[in-house]
Amino acid sequence: MKLLNTIEKGISDCFAIWKRELWSIYKDVGVFIFFIIVPIVYPIMYGMIYNTESIHEVPIIVVDESHSPLARKFIRQIDASPDVHVFAYASSLEDARERINRKEAYAILLIPSDFSYKINRGEQAVIALYSDMASILFYEAVFMTTTEISIEMGYEILVKTNDPITPDALLSYEYVPFYNPQSGFASFLLPAILILVIQQTLLLGISMLCGTARERNNGHLISRENTVTGILRIVVGKALAYLTIYIFTCFWALVIVPNLFKIPQLAQFNTLLLFALPYLLSCIFFAMTIAGFIRSRETPMMVLVFTSLIFLFISGISWPLPAIPAFWKYVGYLIPSSFGIQGFVKINSMGADLWEIAFEYRMLWLQTGIYFVITCFIYYYQITRVFKSEKQ
Amino acid sequence: MNVSDIFRIAGREVRRLFSGKIYWFCIFFVPLFSCIFFLSLMQEGLPSNIPIAIVDEDKTSTSRALIRQLDLLEGVEVIEVYENFNQAQTAMQKGNIYGVYLIPRHFTKKTVSGKQPVLSFYTNNSYMMAGSIAMRDMKTASVLAAASAVLQTGRAKGYNDQQITASIQPIVIESHPIGNPGLNYSVYLNNLILPGIFALMIMCVTIYSISIEIKEKTEKEWFSTENFSITFSLVGKLLPQTILFFIVGLLLYVILYILMQFPFHGNIGCMILVLFLFILASQAMGVFMTGCFPTLRLGLSFACLFGMIAFSISGFSYPVNAMYPPIQAISNIFPLRHYFLIYVDQALNGRTFFYSWPQYLSLASFLVLPAFTLRNLKWSLKYASYQA
Repeated sequence: MKLLNTIEKGISDCFAIWKRELWSIYKDVGVFIFFIIVPIVYPIMYGMIYNTESIHEVPIIVVDESHSPLARKFIRQIDASPDVHVFAYASSLEDARERINRKEAYAILLIPSDFSYKINRGEQAVIALYSDMASILFYEAVFMTTTEISIEMGYEILVKTNDPITPDALLSYEYVPFYNPQSGFASFLLPAILILVIQQTLLLGISMLCGTARERNNGHLISRENTVTGILRIVVGKALAYLTIYIFTCFWALVIVPNLFKIPQLAQFNTLLLFALPYLLSCIFFAMTIAGFIRSRETPMMVLVFTSLIFLFISGISWPLPAIPAFWKYVGYLIPSSFGIQGFVKINSMGADLWEIAFEYRMLWLQTGIYFVITCFIYYYQITRVFKSEKQ
Repeated sequence: MNVSDIFRIAGREVRRLFSGKIYWFCIFFVPLFSCIFFLSLMQEGLPSNIPIAIVDEDKTSTSRALIRQLDLLEGVEVIEVYENFNQAQTAMQKGNIYGVYLIPRHFTKKTVSGKQPVLSFYTNNSYMMAGSIAMRDMKTASVLAAASAVLQTGRAKGYNDQQITASIQPIVIESHPIGNPGLNYSVYLNNLILPGIFALMIMCVTIYSISIEIKEKTEKEWFSTENFSITFSLVGKLLPQTILFFIVGLLLYVILYILMQFPFHGNIGCMILVLFLFILASQAMGVFMTGCFPTLRLGLSFACLFGMIAFSISGFSYPVNAMYPPIQAISNIFPLRHYFLIYVDQALNGRTFFYSWPQYLSLASFLVLPAFTLRNLKWSLKYASYQA
């Protein structure tokens, strides 16, 4: 009977803590901003920035020194392509460079005077492409399009001139992009940002709550008037409060926003649900662990906000994982978002099930366990210190 | 209040800066740690050995030669040869490989008999950079495979290699990427990520150092006179910070352009000028934000949200021209956007000052911003008390 009573008391204490924590979140404008406003607004802002997905009609300048029908045909085909637009013609390379300097266009295509002469003689003709490297995406669009068209036109020429070698030796190739067929930028980056926003807002919000508690309680995480002293009750009660709020946040960020911006969404709802739970829990206990070391209300923002970029790059979504040095890769293993991003991208963009992301899934549960234990130690230390100072 | 007061306030600020751990952390530690982190993370420049898999349904010496050819390319590494496509697709879904190259059944037979077989390759474009590197190399390998098929046929028919070259590809594109010939991704990301983090810290420190006076009720000590001038007081307070930031900024340039040897084709004076204006613009932004929200917490939240959006909207990863027109317009209120445009002109392309003066002017015009909120700031310094 005694055990039953303890459990009953434990659960009611837990919910008392839960209620108190929710109330303090609601009362605190700063925390409210990070828990509610930022997770709602931020995904929309990023969605709007990247929603155009890909670049089209990159303006280029053409210097046509050949003036041949063949060169004109080449230019027409470039212009007709979806990604490149012939913005203007220039009489010389210097002239074209001047226009690039004025940012009217991002590349120069130079067709030499011997272009059709060489082709008619059966020699290889060379077209020069000069690209402004301000943006790799512009460069890629122009380079891919011109190469593609040079190969196509080359083949046509060979067929037309009855080239004795090629037509019966030719093999062709096809390229199929998977999971993000239009190579969209939002489809690539937005899933990572959505996952990261969940972790970082929890980190900032919980740190702010702990900083406030420390300022109010003479540097202690919990106040002396605290009636509940069970470590498990405090930690679980608080975590439940954050979980309650973030169930809605997750639904917004991981289900509604991707739908709003029409990014690929192959996730099975059950899989997503089962995945979101350990991600949220690991984020919460990770945040509670870090927050344990925060001493003032405002410093967490200054100290923690730049980590968003670090966590994004360490996750391997942008910089490829195989190219990340081992040291940083293992540092990344300490952060929930590393596995969160990889797991979510696989579930959401590639339609993976839990078995296919077993590694990430287990790591998230492992992190949940480890950070939970550390959080308990932090509160154990804090409670004993408060009581020691009370006795004195 | 006069000029000597500025020096008194500056002296007080120097003592505060050196005694507060948070200042050391934000001014020195964060920018330098970010340098170490991002530059070592991206030390490869252009990522190489992206793992891919082959599905070899042909299994001849020709297909094995093609696999070797693919493995020789810098960007990809063949880590597995599968029997069928499903296995490869599962590996891709697990994230073990970023691309699949399919050599179809009877590939060699068809090539020899002139039946034009089709090579196919697939990339996982959820990982944009890895996908595009894998795509580039698999495409190169296909072009080379086609070339070698032509070469073999040509030689068999008794043509010389020069004649055959034109038969392989009558038109070739010779690409000259200006300023960054090695397509170094570290160059194009870190030249903006690091200044972006720097600006974020500048804004935070500016806001913190002003609003903390309200929180700690030390504003009287800051002004010391009843009839204080807010402009003089701010100049005195922010001047020592400007100098510290300038030193850190120069250190950043030394790391980027001397230590890492990132492309630098422009005039060093112009780049130092933009660094100086960039620091001032970020500080001005910070003062403006404090004026809008004198509460420390709200001011900092504003700076953090603004500073984080700057990375996306300045257009170094996804170009601004491709965004929606209203967003293109909004991008102008971010100092990092102007810094990016000047960096491209000056450091990357070595253009003269003439081409980027509007951007210099835009950066300088941020200095006007604090004027709009100065009254509000003065009022709160005088009468408001700290609200948690």
